[in-house]
Amino acid sequence: MRRNVIIKTVSRFLVPFIQVYALYVIVHGALGAGGGFQGGVVFAASFILMIIAFGLTCVRERFNYKWIVMLSALGITIYATIGLLCLIPGGNYLEYGSIEALLGIPHLHGYLIDAVEIGIGITVMATMTSIIYDMGDTGGESS
Amino acid sequence: MTLIDHLPVFLIAIPILASLLILVAGWWDRRFCYPISLVTILSQFGAAVIILAQVMREGTVRYYLGGWAPPLGIELAIDSFNGFILATILLLSVATVIYARKSVEHEIGPEKTIAFYVLFQLLVTGLVGMTITGDIFNLYVFLEISSIAAYALIASARKPRSYLASFNYLILGSIAGGFILIGTGNLYAATGALNMLDIARLLPASFELATVHAGFLFLVIGYSIKAAFFPLHIWLPDAYAESPSAVTILISTVMSKVSVYALFRIIFTIFTTAYIVDVFPVTGFILFIATVAMIAGAVIAIAQSDLKRMLAYSSISQIGYIMFALGVANQIALEGGILHILGHAVMKGCLFMVAGLIIYRVGTSRLSDLGGIAKVMPISCAAFALAGASMIGIPPTIGFMSKYYLVLGALEAGHWVYAAILLLGSLLAVGYIWRFIEIAYFRDGHDGGSGARTLEAPASMLAPMVALALLCLLLGIFVEGLMEIVGPAASLLLGGA
Repeated sequence: MRRNVIIKTVSRFLVPFIQVYALYVIVHGALGAGGGFQGGVVFAASFILMIIAFGLTCVRERFNYKWIVMLSALGITIYATIGLLCLIPGGNYLEYGSIEALLGIPHLHGYLIDAVEIGIGITVMATMTSIIYDMGDTGGESS
Repeated sequence: MTLIDHLPVFLIAIPILASLLILVAGWWDRRFCYPISLVTILSQFGAAVIILAQVMREGTVRYYLGGWAPPLGIELAIDSFNGFILATILLLSVATVIYARKSVEHEIGPEKTIAFYVLFQLLVTGLVGMTITGDIFNLYVFLEISSIAAYALIASARKPRSYLASFNYLILGSIAGGFILIGTGNLYAATGALNMLDIARLLPASFELATVHAGFLFLVIGYSIKAAFFPLHIWLPDAYAESPSAVTILISTVMSKVSVYALFRIIFTIFTTAYIVDVFPVTGFILFIATVAMIAGAVIAIAQSDLKRMLAYSSISQIGYIMFALGVANQIALEGGILHILGHAVMKGCLFMVAGLIIYRVGTSRLSDLGGIAKVMPISCAAFALAGASMIGIPPTIGFMSKYYLVLGALEAGHWVYAAILLLGSLLAVGYIWRFIEIAYFRDGHDGGSGARTLEAPASMLAPMVALALLCLLLGIFVEGLMEIVGPAASLLLGGA
């Protein structure tokens, strides 16, 4: 692909904004519309934009397959661990209120929801990016 | 709350974490994958047995995720029916994972070992989730988890034909998934609920709605595709015959059974017998198709020249027996059907293990190349004969018991002709089982040059196979104990206690 300076500059400019918006969507999940899945997809969209602008190999050097696997595992681990932590004070799985009652910190359940959403977001982002890598991978050189 | 109360969620959450652990530990050293997988599935099985004992003692176990009671939250509900299925599928998973170690080394490249165990664990977890959930949308989510793991596992044999088989299954599975999602949506539109018991409670008010009829058909057809119920079975022979042996065992015994379970659950728990008998009479039709499946599956199985493919068509025939129970829909037939879910899982698991061993040692499963194989693989062929006897329905095996109850149920409902066809189907089973026995024991071929050399496989592959073969016999002899679980399960499906 011929490198186009407009595409490159605009995407370089847009990527941080997309990512901040993604974080907003993730964190908003505790209160209203939004959440880890949607935010994760938006975050992955920033990588897709970079792939379109700079090519697959360039993005892959910075964010390789090993990172993707580790991040997707990390995300689920955050989710499942918080879920299991809720069992310690005697609540059910993912019953955030039980931890809040134990530690006595107000609004803790909200933060825990955010943490879970971040976990989901990380996994979705990593998985979406890996799907794009696999689809864009022509098996040889990419033109 | 004690730890025991949390077992239902441990059944799902811990294995998902374990599959990640397999991934990370596998990077470190590939040899860690198998022990982690084995320990996880063994502890899942242990948990399933404890839960089943608790269900039999105290009645249905319910677990509210996040502490939200339905209809707000998702619940895990285990009663005698799915507790039984849960124990069955995890028993078979344990046998498969023990068998898988050597088989994976042989059939799947070392670089794919980690991926195999991760996907295997996810597949089992997805199926366990499908079995214990009490929420119809949750059922769909776990179905997709298990399906996606299954597509990848089938393709892991890395042969062109297995890619094709996996792709065909992917297409049909996606269609099935779409149907199921539409059906779920229809039920949600009609009742505004996703919890199974809630839907069952609210649904009678809208029994006459076209939305409900369409939802019923979508759900039944969708799950029939996943269960490979006769005219919708075309993905099955390739998927079973072309995938690695360990995967064949798991999807033929565990995965198809869970789809059948979902079908039973939807028809009997959500729509209830009142709907399928009075409002939307389908039982007669299902009964008819089930008998066609029995006969057609068996006839095509006789015509096969490949052992694994023959067993695959036999599975289609056996799914027909289970669906027969659904068509008759009375207490005794349902007991037979539920018993056959266990029985078929055990015996088909054993038969596919024998096929896998033959591939492991001889490198082919073409029937014409297997002449005299019993002389070099005596234990395997004896196991095949025992499980085959169960498949035919020779007393006192488990296969005889389930068919006995099915025939008894059909006679009680006055379906004389169908009962006769069921017995005819068993006779056809003799056809394909005997074909292998005859080739293995009475033809020449493998005794010539090899002399006294035995081709029996390693003990880790023989042990689960022999255990399953003996189970075919023992479960049949001690069927009384099983009936104490199966009986309440059947009456539960029919709307009793």
